[in-house]
Amino acid sequence: MRDKPLVALAIVVVLAAIAVGYAVGRRKAPPPPSPAAETTTAYSPADNAGAPPASGQIDAIRRGIPVDQEGEPPLMARVENTDVKRNRAYPMQPPTIPHSIDNYQIDRNSNRCLLCHARANADKFQAPPVSVTHYMDRDDQFLATISPRRYFCNQCHVVQTDAKPLVANNFKDIDTILSGQIDQPQQKAN
Amino acid sequence: MGARIRSWLVAVWRTMRRPSVHYSLGFLVLGGFIAGVIFWGAFNTALEATNSEAFCTGCHEMRDNVFQELKATIHYTNRSGVRATCPDCHVPHRWTDKIARKMQASKEVWGKLFGTIDTREKFLDHRLELAEHEWARLKANDSLECRNCHNYASMDLTRQSARAAEIHKRWLGSGEKTCIDCHKGIAHHLPDMTGIPQG
Repeated sequence: MRDKPLVALAIVVVLAAIAVGYAVGRRKAPPPPSPAAETTTAYSPADNAGAPPASGQIDAIRRGIPVDQEGEPPLMARVENTDVKRNRAYPMQPPTIPHSIDNYQIDRNSNRCLLCHARANADKFQAPPVSVTHYMDRDDQFLATISPRRYFCNQCHVVQTDAKPLVANNFKDIDTILSGQIDQPQQKAN
Repeated sequence: MGARIRSWLVAVWRTMRRPSVHYSLGFLVLGGFIAGVIFWGAFNTALEATNSEAFCTGCHEMRDNVFQELKATIHYTNRSGVRATCPDCHVPHRWTDKIARKMQASKEVWGKLFGTIDTREKFLDHRLELAEHEWARLKANDSLECRNCHNYASMDLTRQSARAAEIHKRWLGSGEKTCIDCHKGIAHHLPDMTGIPQG
């Protein structure tokens, strides 16, 4: 039979195609569904999600849910990323960060904040440069680079989220108090 | 026995030297074509197998160091589930560039065999050098691997934060800077960056 090598070759090709197809198909097959995929949802305390409990006691961990029941966690708060600077609540407050800082590396090797906020880079990114006090050591001597004690920015500067406060806050800043005094005629300064 | 092997070898040699005496031209052309297809398929399959995350993380050097760092970043996990794997950023997509990179990678095989970075300490010692190779490559090709997905022409600046939009327009839009100039260390931790310009 003259075609013998051709036939043999054709068989080899077909077998190879089957083997490749099998290998590829097996790799792409979805994993069998696990029986644990369906979870039962227990008691959903929608009423207790954000509001403080009626008893008036702050219970940040369980939010008033009985200990034998599984609570539903409140929605995760989102970081405000508007780039609009906020007022300081009091004169010495470290300014809050008006943008998200996800995955910013601040360690011995690198400081992502200083990429924009360092004195030398602030113009490139139109970012507010780090205050001059951050270049001073504790003897008020100026250093060429950021002072080591000021290096970890988010030790003082923090982002703000849209989370609902658990505790009401009636803090008044000094300007509000002063303007309240001015309104009273007997305490006029001049 | 020796004579039999010898005569067999001679027969094989004759067939190899002038195959068209023994096989038809059609068989040789078709056989050559099919063999070529099989060879090419196997070559490409093997090439793509080395271009997968499973292959990269098959070695502990990658799995225990850079892959763990990648996992926390937006290129691994995000809201829409689109993700980049190792070769998306580290291997050029165009074929000739890919082959060139793969030939370069023979140095990495050398490094694997001789354990250049086979401990965490050795890896950290070499980290700056390794990172600099990647920065130089991305700088030279205008951050091509970034731009395979992140196209400036398709960026809706109004959907970015005001700060990001302003900076992208100013530096990326003008072509003055390329992605890697500012976005170093977005997928892996940075080595000691003292004296290295960022941004």
